[in-house]
Amino acid sequence: MLNTLKNLIFITSLLLASTANAAVKISHWQTSTGAQVYFVENHDLPIIDLSVAFPAGSARDTKATSGVAGVTRYMMTLGADGMNEEAITNAFADIGANMGGELDVDRAAFKLRTLTSESAKALQTFNKILHKPDFPQAILEREKTRIVAGLKESATQPESIGSKAFMQALYPNHPYGMDESGEIETITAMKRDDLIAFYNTNYTAKSAVIALMGDMTEAQAKTIAEDAAKGLPQTAAVPKIAEVTYPQSANTQRIAHPASQAHIFLGYPGIKRGDADYFALYLGNYVLGGGGFVSRLTEEVREKRGLVYSVYSYFMPMAEVGPFQIGLQTKKEQADEATKVVNATVAKFIANGVTEKELKAAKDNIIGGFPMRIDSNAKILDYLSLIGFHKLPLTYLEDFNKSVAKVTAAQIKDAFQRRVKPEHFVSVTVGAQ
Amino acid sequence: MSHVISVFIENHRILERDFVFNIKILLLSLSLLPTLALAEIQEFKLANGMKIIVQEDRRAPVVVSQVWYRAGALDEVNGKTGVAHVLEHMMFKGTKTLKAGQFSRMIAAAGGKENAFTGQDYTCYFQQLEKSHLPLSIKLEADRMANLVITDAEFAKEIKVVMEERRWRTEDKPQSRVNEQFQSTAFKAHPYARPVVGWMNDLENMTAADAREWYNNWYAPNNATLVVVGDVKAANVVKLAKQHFGKLKAKKLPARKPQTEPPQMGERRLVVKAPGKLPYLAMGFHTPTLVDNPTTAEQGWEPYALDVLAGVMSGNDSARLNQKLVRETSVAIDVGAGYDSTSRGRESLFELVATPAEGKTVQDIEAALIAQIELIKTSGVTQQELDRVKAAVIAADVYQRDSMFYQAMQIGQLETMNYSWRLLKDYPEKLKAVTSEQIQAVAKKYLIKDNMTVATLDPQPIDPNVIPAKPYVR
Repeated sequence: MLNTLKNLIFITSLLLASTANAAVKISHWQTSTGAQVYFVENHDLPIIDLSVAFPAGSARDTKATSGVAGVTRYMMTLGADGMNEEAITNAFADIGANMGGELDVDRAAFKLRTLTSESAKALQTFNKILHKPDFPQAILEREKTRIVAGLKESATQPESIGSKAFMQALYPNHPYGMDESGEIETITAMKRDDLIAFYNTNYTAKSAVIALMGDMTEAQAKTIAEDAAKGLPQTAAVPKIAEVTYPQSANTQRIAHPASQAHIFLGYPGIKRGDADYFALYLGNYVLGGGGFVSRLTEEVREKRGLVYSVYSYFMPMAEVGPFQIGLQTKKEQADEATKVVNATVAKFIANGVTEKELKAAKDNIIGGFPMRIDSNAKILDYLSLIGFHKLPLTYLEDFNKSVAKVTAAQIKDAFQRRVKPEHFVSVTVGAQ
Repeated sequence: MSHVISVFIENHRILERDFVFNIKILLLSLSLLPTLALAEIQEFKLANGMKIIVQEDRRAPVVVSQVWYRAGALDEVNGKTGVAHVLEHMMFKGTKTLKAGQFSRMIAAAGGKENAFTGQDYTCYFQQLEKSHLPLSIKLEADRMANLVITDAEFAKEIKVVMEERRWRTEDKPQSRVNEQFQSTAFKAHPYARPVVGWMNDLENMTAADAREWYNNWYAPNNATLVVVGDVKAANVVKLAKQHFGKLKAKKLPARKPQTEPPQMGERRLVVKAPGKLPYLAMGFHTPTLVDNPTTAEQGWEPYALDVLAGVMSGNDSARLNQKLVRETSVAIDVGAGYDSTSRGRESLFELVATPAEGKTVQDIEAALIAQIELIKTSGVTQQELDRVKAAVIAADVYQRDSMFYQAMQIGQLETMNYSWRLLKDYPEKLKAVTSEQIQAVAKKYLIKDNMTVATLDPQPIDPNVIPAKPYVR
């Protein structure tokens, strides 16, 4: 053993250091059209990062329109205000700007990274995408064909099959259970008017969250945000997503597949963003299966027995209750053995909670690792958008370490016992024997 | 520039210890991602031959520390493929003074993130920490550079983990299987023919003694480079490195024989059958890489021209391949091109990959790709296309400074590949100097049928009642 005392000295100095560096000064305001803006000024690099997010994720789809949210977001980038897809891409490429975006069950977002010197040009094209999407018919038909081909391929691959079955079983009557990519039938049936209607309902200024990071003054940020929001549909704010209902019994599915490994998914509805149990569950999960090489699941399943390359657990907090999920892949002959080890590890964890030593290790890692959460403009931008979208306090980053430090072993045990019910787990094994 | 291709080559070029660490390492091919203009890079050498490279960056109170070994799949021999990667796993299994897993626990306790990855050209171990913890990282890395203990018991468990990794990465992924077979067809004599993860048969027959032999051969200060980027003072890094690495003894490294791929004498083709729905095609041409001391003018500019060509073909969604094959003619649903101008083995491939649209065949897609290549040969590229590549170079040069990890990666890769990080300085200018005529010239010289390998995936319907045949190895 290396000198443990020395190690402890390191940790002490770390706590001091990270507290001192926790400050990220966030400015927040509302545009005249009602969009929420979050801004951090930093002139170290001549870069401007911008993200505009809407509550327009796949949870806004219905079973009959599954996939519309994703196709709408993507199609917005393929034609706007008379610019075709080629012109749009080239407008960004000509100035070295990167336009991207993302979609999950809650959110649809557009992101822009540009050199400060090129920002006016970049924003001009970016705002056209936000404000005047054309949804060209021919492009839509082409993209539908591509998506359907992708869905057919996914339906043959064990990881995709399992993930889809897991979410459907976890959320049988909630939009979180739908595939973000849609279904072959709903994509095939999708009409241009569906996208226009979806855009007008869900891309409203009143629901927009604008995050800005980097090389601009607050006055400049105000103008950029005002311009980004004012061309959006000025319709009503988007309503909240329905509440999740919890499974009342276990649901175990075994799906045959010729792959050499079984893909195993276990879980239960977990937590929302801003949930009072968030920090207790987050720390507890670090010990159970979130802490990379030092978690109990990795120790039991990989390190002690060599059964897997990867085993993990996580809470995915969302606007409504997102999943608590455990996943692993193992040679199919040993799938039952591995599942047994996982179940025993989870049962023991829920019954007994964490030890004081484990709790300290978890806190040391999470608190000590805080500076790495905000060590780049790109990471800070993502936090701004997250804080804005889920209406977390502006002091979220500042308070983060304090919230972590306060959690007790008793709180973790209590939170897991109330929130995680292994007897009602959804369990999917693809490649079962 | 290798955005699409990065997905393609991920599985046989670089393996990470844990896939939770899922950054797009392959995006770091040099293409369009050069210089570190502002912060100055400083280089030092310890008496035992270990190289230390530091880039001070005070934007955040953090530090990235990476130890790079010039040992990768390139250095393996037949029958022991995968041993570089297996050893990487064993590096977390304890030393004379640390128990298995203790390394990871100590880094975690300091708030750090850590992992490792193995490629054809190198093995790299890294930590990301709040800046005051750099001493811990250096101390632990120096310890496992010299004092690793590989027990038979730990090896027996970990080799099973690696076999699960191979199943997950390759055996059950149709495109990965194509890529593995593609690589071993394009290369016959050169070690790049072999998968980094190793053939399953070799993993099944690997012993703890093989891992120990690898460690004893290659893990030495004179075969390693420490790269540190972050809120540090270079002098302090050197002091720490001297204190911990400085006391380790240099080793006489095994002789590295020059290995070159004999010229290809005609096109090569292969088909892989695997469960799935979509076909897939990978096409590659042998191409040169950058060399240390060019003896001809061509050696100087050809790699840059190939790099720009890859950008013109698939640098963004309006670049030629996507625009023509996906958007305008709908022959493909996905397409990409890529080229690495650097490698330690001084061998490279210009690669194109595509997934045909429904109703189209791999023959259709191959014809469409060849047609695009021929168009370049006859008509060259436009000034606008060249300008876009330049704009991307200028912007990427700034954007990359938002990531310390990325900057450290670039330095470590180049040094371990036997180039110098100084290559980064001139890279943008060299790319910007490329002309349409030069692009035509490299296309005519290298993108020819006699120099081509084509691999296709023939997707097989899934019958869950059929027990799969033993995989293609054995």
